[in-house]
Formats: sequence, structure tokens, C-alpha cells
Amino acid sequence: MRRVTILQTAAEAVADTPDGATVLVGGFGSAGQPVQLIEALLDSGATGLTVVSNNAGNDDHGLAALIREGRVRKMICSFPRQSDSWHFDAAYRAGAIELELVPQGNLAERIRAAGAGIGAFFIPTGFGTPLGAGKETRVIDGKGYLLEYPIRGDVALVAAHQADALGNLVYRKTARNFGPIMAAAAETTVVQVDQIVPAGALDPEHVITPCLYVDRLVRIKRDLAVSGASL
Amino acid sequence: MTTLIGLDHDTLARIVAADIPPGSFVNLGIGLPTTVANHLAPDSGVMLHTENGMLGMGPQAHGDQIDPDLVNAGKVPVTELPGASYFHHADSFAMMRGGHLDICVLGAYQVSAAGDLASWHTGRPGDIPAVGGAMDLALGAKQTFVMMSLLSRDGTAKLVRQCTYPLTGLACVSRVYTDLAVFRIEPDGVVVYDVFGIDFGRLTALVDIPLIDGTSR
Repeated sequence: MRRVTILQTAAEAVADTPDGATVLVGGFGSAGQPVQLIEALLDSGATGLTVVSNNAGNDDHGLAALIREGRVRKMICSFPRQSDSWHFDAAYRAGAIELELVPQGNLAERIRAAGAGIGAFFIPTGFGTPLGAGKETRVIDGKGYLLEYPIRGDVALVAAHQADALGNLVYRKTARNFGPIMAAAAETTVVQVDQIVPAGALDPEHVITPCLYVDRLVRIKRDLAVSGASL
Repeated sequence: MTTLIGLDHDTLARIVAADIPPGSFVNLGIGLPTTVANHLAPDSGVMLHTENGMLGMGPQAHGDQIDPDLVNAGKVPVTELPGASYFHHADSFAMMRGGHLDICVLGAYQVSAAGDLASWHTGRPGDIPAVGGAMDLALGAKQTFVMMSLLSRDGTAKLVRQCTYPLTGLACVSRVYTDLAVFRIEPDGVVVYDVFGIDFGRLTALVDIPLIDGTSR
């Protein structure tokens, strides 16, 4: 049995992340990226990390800062190169970071499989392409498939909109992205949320991530006011 | 050789939009394909899917509409339309692979006569590859349309016998919309349906694959 712990600071929430850990980091670009948890991980000094995330950091914050400081040994992602991925680009060109490039749907399904107890699965995406090279294949009903394995995390860092006191989660718009599947795929799931409400305050029909996937919660105030968005 | 003047990007986007049946579920790739949305009739009932977890995506957000939690696949702030829904990434890609999207429109470096697609990596040393959702989309949608200029900067056609760039997917493209012609990849070969500022004869000289004249179909 694991029950959620509500912590006061992002620092406490990630303090015990060991060197060499595999860290699942939610977000699609900046949307849903748990920036304060990542920056707390940076402050914790953890290094030699394998980071699993759709992108390889934007601008100078969050994941980009972790990469800039040389804490990431390996990046598993689908889309590292963006207009503002300069810290990853520099590390990659300097040979300072390993890249495993995974088609986005295979990345999502491999994470989902880890949380769902699937040992491996056949998937058509990537068959016959360089990203399928060296993988086991099978032809099923005339169509080629690759055998893909789950991606598990030691830690998942996720951003959600609301949690109740038990750790049930609700997300906001496209910031949901990898959150629900990463929350299920890690040994320890740490979630930063905009609001924590009493148990029973969330409509059970609207809960996206049930509380049994969540280990640690920390409330981080976000200022969306500048954008006109209301929480 | 006289310079060929084909369609501009905006006109090409309008032609692609006109070929999307009303009520379709559609994913528009990053870049040129995104502009197809500007030409979809408001009453067409076409619903746009974005791979980062949304169906019913609206136009780009401006000013007060901008919400950092609501972006498209290119991370551009967008809006939601009535009837929109949100879902997580594994569901979003299951939606593609499961064949639930009618059409996706993608850009390309090359398309082969067999409909193989190369769109994600130049393969040049030093280039950082980034595949994103292109492989999943190309394979998963019921029909994959490509939008690209027919000729590369050095004047060679990007519709080829065999792709020389790294592949995105095998035999996945059904139509290729270019500035000079519209091609459909059909069981009996590559059929030219429309030509723009060029005649069929001259087109065959530009492209190094057998073409079937379908311009009168």
C-alpha cells in the first residue's frame, strides 16, 4: 500500500533521487512540463540521469537547465530539435549526451506498457525505417511490426492542475499529454499541482489519474494571469 | 530552360482543403500543412486532431486567448472549438494507429512511386534527427496526403523511384500535392490529376518515374 505524501516544497519532493536514475518527465514543450520539480532536481545535485520526455528542453528553464548543467547522461525522446533547444543541441554536438530517438507514439505506448504490466508489444510504427533497425520484427496479416519494450522510470515528475488530498489528479487542456501514463510507469511518482482540494471535492467521474499512482504531491503556484487564462 | 511558376503555398493549401470531405477527422502536420486549416469552410464539420492530446482544435490563439496549457503539435497556442475533447498521449496515438483519423497532411523531403515517405531526417552528419509523431501519423491515418514543392533547390524532383533520405514509413502516401501537379498513388501507378503552369508532357520530363495522365479524368 502506498499513500500520497503532501510536501511543502519541490526540493523535499525530489531530494532522494539517486544519481543514475531514470526520470520520466511530463510535458510537451512547455505545456505540462513540471518546471519547478525539474529545477529542484537540478538543485538536488542528482547526476548521470536518463531522462525520458517528449522534447529535450526548451529555452533555459526546466529540462533545458538540467541538460545545460550536464546532469543528463541520456535522453530518450521523440523530438529533441526545436528552435529553442540550444542546450540539448550543444550537448549533443559536443558528444556529452546520448540520444535514443523514439517515434512519439512508440514512446507513449512504451511508457503506458510499463505502467500496465505489458512485457513487450508489436507495433507497426518505425517498421522498415532506420528507427526500427536491429529490432525484432514480425509480419502479422501481411503487415510489418516491431517488437518494442516498456520504458519504466525510477521517478516520474508530472504537472497536473488539481489534486485532492488523496492524490487523485485532474489536468488542464493539452497539458495532460504524458502525465497520466508517466504517473503509472514509475516507482515513485511526484506531482506538482496548481491546487490541492479536499478529498471528495473532485467529481469522481472527472478524475483522470486515480490516487494509487501518486506518491508525492507539492503545490506550486503558477501565474497564468499574464496570459489571460484562468485556473 | 524557362523558369516554372507553379502555385503559391496559399493556393496549394486551398486545393488540399477542398479535397478534404466534410465531417472528416484530420491531422495537419507542422509547417505548410498547418495552413490548410485556414481554408477549411467553417460549416465543413472537419474536426482537427492534434497529437498532443486534443480533438476539436480551433484556430491559433492571439492576445488574451493565449493559454500556456493549450498548444498544438508545433507548440503554438491554439483555441478549442465547441465539442473539443482532451486525452493523454497514448490515447492520442492509439487514435492514429487504430485507423480512426480519416486524413493526415504531412510535409516531405521525398516520396517514392510506391508511396514511401521520407520526412524526418536529412541523414546529413551533424544534423540532429527529430521524428516526433510523423511515423505514427503517416502509417495510421486512413489516407496520408503530402504537401511539398515538386522540385528541390537543385532542380531534382522530390517524387522519386526510391527515397534516398531515411524513411518515415513504407507505402503510406496516397496523394502528393505540389506546386506543379497533384499526384495520386494508385494500384496501377502514379496518376497525375492536376497540373499547374506546366503540361503533362513537360512534367514527365521533370520526374524520373512513369506517370499516368489522369488530367482528363
